[in-house]
Amino acid sequence: MSEPLVFTKARTGSSVIRRAPLLAVSPARRQALAMTLAGLGLAGPAIVFLLGLFLLPAVAVIFVALTDWQFGAVSFSFVGLDNYRELFADATFRVSLVNTAVYVLIVVPGTTLTGLAIALLIESGNSCRSFYRAIHFLPFMATITTMAIVWEALLHPTMGLVNQLFAAAGLPTANWLRNENTVLPVLGLIGIWQNLGYAMVLFLAGLKRIPQDLYDAADVDGADLWIDRLRTITLPLLGPVSVFVVIVVSLKALESFDAVKVLTQGGPGHASEVLLYTLYRESFEYLRAGYGAAIAVVLLGLVVSLTLINTLIMDRKVHYQ
Amino acid sequence: MSATTSGSMSTLAGIFRHAVLLLTGALLLFPFLWMVSLSLKAPGEIFHTSFFWPAQFYGIENYGKALTEAPLLRYLFNGFVVCALILALQVVLCAPCAYALAKLRFLGRDLIFAVVLAGLIMPHQVLSLPLFIIGYKFDILNTYTALILPYAVSPFGIFLFRQFFKTIPDDVVHAARLDGLSELAIVWKVMMPMSLPAIIAFSIFSVVGHWNDLFWPLIAVRDQSLMPPPLGILAFKNEEAGSDYGPLMAASTLVMLPLIIAFLVGQRWFVEGLIQGAVKQ
Repeated sequence: MSEPLVFTKARTGSSVIRRAPLLAVSPARRQALAMTLAGLGLAGPAIVFLLGLFLLPAVAVIFVALTDWQFGAVSFSFVGLDNYRELFADATFRVSLVNTAVYVLIVVPGTTLTGLAIALLIESGNSCRSFYRAIHFLPFMATITTMAIVWEALLHPTMGLVNQLFAAAGLPTANWLRNENTVLPVLGLIGIWQNLGYAMVLFLAGLKRIPQDLYDAADVDGADLWIDRLRTITLPLLGPVSVFVVIVVSLKALESFDAVKVLTQGGPGHASEVLLYTLYRESFEYLRAGYGAAIAVVLLGLVVSLTLINTLIMDRKVHYQ
Repeated sequence: MSATTSGSMSTLAGIFRHAVLLLTGALLLFPFLWMVSLSLKAPGEIFHTSFFWPAQFYGIENYGKALTEAPLLRYLFNGFVVCALILALQVVLCAPCAYALAKLRFLGRDLIFAVVLAGLIMPHQVLSLPLFIIGYKFDILNTYTALILPYAVSPFGIFLFRQFFKTIPDDVVHAARLDGLSELAIVWKVMMPMSLPAIIAFSIFSVVGHWNDLFWPLIAVRDQSLMPPPLGILAFKNEEAGSDYGPLMAASTLVMLPLIIAFLVGQRWFVEGLIQGAVKQ
């Protein structure tokens, strides 16, 4: 690394001298222009795609939400905020919002707390760390569509392993995915199963950043019990990471779709109807583009708000340190 | 506290640690083991024994049925093609842009970076409706292009490469310029070879995400011959009325296999890559 450094300095000096006469008019401006051309040339293709595939569609979705357009229709008219009015008056959509909130409230604490507990346990010893990390992380990269089918087999009302074990243990059995009281908690558990490895690795990364001196200092101060160190150092210093995990997992939970599509199609009734599934059904099954777009805008609003909260908290954290 | 008590305390803590982690690990892995177990069982046996190992080995029939009754190899092939082309396009488009943002000072750079950040926070599902309209207008729905094009550029890829390129000293860039390399050549011949960790992390993030994606393929393609694995499995499940679990689990195992093998081989890289993905939010 150091060799090219020296080399560069020597060459840069000579090149300035050599170039000076050529750029007699206004060297600085000319160089700035060349730089701008190079920059725009390199960034240009990506930016064209970004505008076409991200920004314009985002603007379009906000625009379509203000119309009564249906897929396939030749014409449409502006209806102002009618779609939003209809949306919030629609019982199904309100159920969908509430279900999404309940789902997020099951998945986020469940994932965060178990993820934290497992990360702490893994870090509390030196052996088999990467083995434990790997087996707890595996569900996060699994194909949910296929794993949902496995869960369906496990939860089969009469012949599934879960009911067989519950019956053998004298516990109440249920038709887990067809009962409106159990379907959302069961989907939530599947969500926790999938995401807790993710929370775990984020916490492991956070634990690695806690300086060892703090623990040494705590030892000197007499905090030699494991629980004291956890309470006075580990948990407080994991604060910012925890906020980050909560938000990232919330975003993941907000965007869950696959398990609902494979297992319940929003049912029974609308008991497992969640936001993204409602968006999918209204837009692509009922082809109500305007209405579907309004749901998309609501989802976008939620995601952007969560992201901004995250950014604000993370910025504050940086100032503290 | 005497040394011996603290010694036996830590032994006890160690046993507790292993016991809990093995238990939680087994719980998390159980659905995978059950999937493989069901894929080896005969129809009559599937729901009547709670044991892992089948009494009658029915694997050949189940896997045979999965491969012949559904175009499973076609689904897997589609998955490979779509993921590979998406990744190739993303790297080709993102790396030069990331280099410009990290190493060049030019008019409009901050604006471009703002566009990247705006793209970064956008959930892709929100954009599905306009993307569907674009696909319809250009008559590319129900083609590979429809599966690939929406992901041609990755704001996260630009962001990740930019972060990594910023850690490479400017002098390296200056030296390359004096050696007569063009800016584009610097991206490919200097920056990229030095950014292998970022490239691997991004590749895993991208491939895992698109291999598993169900939402967009569900909207974009109808033909079985174009379906990526998750959508194919769903079609297979609906055709089979969802009750013939043996072949269904065999198909599921085959769909998960490439990811699981890749994961076991490059576990460290996977975890790294998907943690990096967290900065997306």
